[in-house]
Amino acid sequence: MSEIRLQIDGKEVIAKGGMTLLEAAQRIGISIPALCYHEKLEPFGGCRLCLVEIETDGGTKLVVSCVYPVEDNLVVRTRTEKIDRIRKTLLELLLAHAPDSPELQDLTQEYNADKDRFEKEASFCIHCGLCVRYCAEVKKLNAVGFVDRGIKKEISFIPEIAAKECSSCMECFPLCPTSYLQAAYVLIEALAFSGASSGTKSKE
Amino acid sequence: MPKINSSVELEEFRKEILSKRDPKKPCLTLCSGTACHATGSKEVALAIEKEFEKQKLTKAVDFRRTGCHGFCEKGPIIIIYPENICYLQVTPEDIPDIFSQTLKEKKVVDRLLYVDPATGKKITYESDIPFYKNQERLVFTNQKIDPASVEDYLAIGGFQALVNVLFEMTPEEVIEEVKEARLRGRGGGGFPAGIKWEFTREAPGEPKYVVVNCDEGDPGAYMDRSLMEGNPFGVLEGLLIGAYAIGAHEGYFYVRQEYPLALKNLGIAIGHAEEYGLLGKNILGSGFDFNVKVHRGAGAFVCGEETALLRSLEGKVGEPRPRPPYPAVKGLWDKPTNINNVETWANVPLIINKGANIFTSIGTEGSKGTKIFSLVGKINNTGLVEVPIGITLRDIIYKIGGGIPGGKKFKAVQTGGPSGGCIPGELLDLEVGFDELTRAGSMMGSGGMIVMDEDTCMVDVARYFINFLSDESCGKCVPCREGLRQMDKVLTNMTEGRGKEGDIELLEVLSETAVEASLCALGSTAPNPFRSTFRYFRDEYEAHIREKKCPALSCKELISYYIDPEKCRACLICLKNCPADAIDGGKKMIHIIDQEKCTNCGNCFEVCPAKFDAVKIISGEPVPSPVPEEKRMIIKKSKEK
Repeated sequence: MSEIRLQIDGKEVIAKGGMTLLEAAQRIGISIPALCYHEKLEPFGGCRLCLVEIETDGGTKLVVSCVYPVEDNLVVRTRTEKIDRIRKTLLELLLAHAPDSPELQDLTQEYNADKDRFEKEASFCIHCGLCVRYCAEVKKLNAVGFVDRGIKKEISFIPEIAAKECSSCMECFPLCPTSYLQAAYVLIEALAFSGASSGTKSKE
Repeated sequence: MPKINSSVELEEFRKEILSKRDPKKPCLTLCSGTACHATGSKEVALAIEKEFEKQKLTKAVDFRRTGCHGFCEKGPIIIIYPENICYLQVTPEDIPDIFSQTLKEKKVVDRLLYVDPATGKKITYESDIPFYKNQERLVFTNQKIDPASVEDYLAIGGFQALVNVLFEMTPEEVIEEVKEARLRGRGGGGFPAGIKWEFTREAPGEPKYVVVNCDEGDPGAYMDRSLMEGNPFGVLEGLLIGAYAIGAHEGYFYVRQEYPLALKNLGIAIGHAEEYGLLGKNILGSGFDFNVKVHRGAGAFVCGEETALLRSLEGKVGEPRPRPPYPAVKGLWDKPTNINNVETWANVPLIINKGANIFTSIGTEGSKGTKIFSLVGKINNTGLVEVPIGITLRDIIYKIGGGIPGGKKFKAVQTGGPSGGCIPGELLDLEVGFDELTRAGSMMGSGGMIVMDEDTCMVDVARYFINFLSDESCGKCVPCREGLRQMDKVLTNMTEGRGKEGDIELLEVLSETAVEASLCALGSTAPNPFRSTFRYFRDEYEAHIREKKCPALSCKELISYYIDPEKCRACLICLKNCPADAIDGGKKMIHIIDQEKCTNCGNCFEVCPAKFDAVKIISGEPVPSPVPEEKRMIIKKSKEK
């Protein structure tokens, strides 16, 4: 692929065609927060924290760096007042669900977010999709997936698959930025795994 | 009918059809769209068939069941040609009279005519009814054809544009014509169709696909449904022309499962088109191959967004994906794909037949042609209207829509679907166009138009639409899923009397976040209901927050019902109609509402006789204390009227 030259926070970067802005920034040591990004997975663009500003013909616009491809001569800024304000709001929205997530707490300080801005909702999962995508893309097992949509969307282990595959894998647990994934697994284990200690239902 | 193998054969077939049709022969047409179906068009059709048998008129008079005529408020609708006599709200009992008087004796059945509310005069002909007179119907021509009949479509010049394109024009010339016509996407985005076609044509990769977006999800909007039900051949012809121009040989119709009649009629049309050689290999002997499939959408608002629709078409979860790459480059199964809305495709044959210059002679600077709107809400003439772009909102609402019912005052019109905005009375003279509506804080969207009167609370309207959108969000990105969840909470609090200082600022921050950071257009336009109502009706927000008052007297938690003791005549009507037993009173004893028991259902307000007008709605102030017991007896002063 061809070489692409662009500017991020005033620094010249040489990137390869097909790279994303996030990858190009990482190359020169600029850190951009990204909760749903993982180098082994296809870009998802769900958490939106990695948004950055690019210069366009008529002015500037915000794009999401984990999915936006590098372009020649692009001028990118990764911190502006507006970016910080939006990141702060996004963090606060997530903190309503997972106030004790270590990853969120680190960013909370950086962006001066108020973890009590929104009323707490005990649903812990922040829908980054790391577990779902890791299981689908890397393990190719699809043992955990999203169910429902919109504000009712949640992650769920698929009992038929999870009962067979998960106990020997559990590679998704350390990916989870909150503790919810493990809890969901324990629930499924209890309900569906044959012979599990806390199992209430025994299958032949 | 054997396959038609050339343009010459098609023209011969058209001539044959026309030669058998006598324009003077009486023809009775009945609207059979979904709306008329709901008002009893099926029963009327049965009655008509019976009467035909009985009167032995089957040969002398034609009967045609057509798609939606648009005047849904007054359905079922019968038009009798050649005179163009229009009968409204026809029931099966009216059919014998229509036969014996109109068809046999050429007399008009007076009671079925439209009565102009302004003049009280009866109007005999469809074209004279103000609802129709002020429209410009170029695309929405359902009333002339039976949607299941290819002969009907050919008789009105159908497939003429396809023939011209296949035999007289290169694909590049077709794209040039559509570009010159400056046709913009009718589904909401307003992107120039010709440019989109060109992108897809020039994008590397084969095969290329064309898709019809008939996943119409806006509450109250049904333009696409009516076109699909009433003139599927028109949409198909547009798609064929686009496919030829783009270089696609496969196409998809993505139709909501909730549109059974559209699916049925489309299926019939595709079957006929295949039979006649208008679809399949070597269409009309031109060498151009094209096939279509119909996909039924499972019912998600977000699937109207093009990238979500394409994922759903692939059999995956209907979630949008980031753009770029655009579908023109990487669409269905990662191949170049051109997706347009039903109405956009339906405009294409018109542009080819009339020419780009005629098309651009209608409209405003940036928006050309006509647009179909579904005019609903607090409006006298509910229905579908096709108007030249550039017409004012006032003309649509008053001239065509007949104004607001019940002598109420106009308050706002909501355009563009749930993520559109509300436009207030001061802007009624706004010319309707893509850019004009966007500048006013709303949008054209796919053409929904919900009229609201003075009894509508604008905070509640914002709450309703934000709630709808939070339900329909796919849930993938944070600003939309979580932002809308919080906006819904704040707005609900306001309408229930728990609004507080800082709420507006919070809504503004959440709006900015959703607009700037959302993954797709659902999220980035979702704050419009709040932003536009706040822009034009700021005082209502302030009243809800500061005074716990709903100025429109609509928010249930912020109002109280109260019986004015000066006006109450102790008629017992409200007392008997109160489902909560909250009204105390008796003969000659002034009625009092027990505020503790009252559920704010509003029954008492509805039933209190207008001549008394004793029940009041109070908001933002305490309910006056009840009259003391000793003053409750009504002593008749004199004989009152």
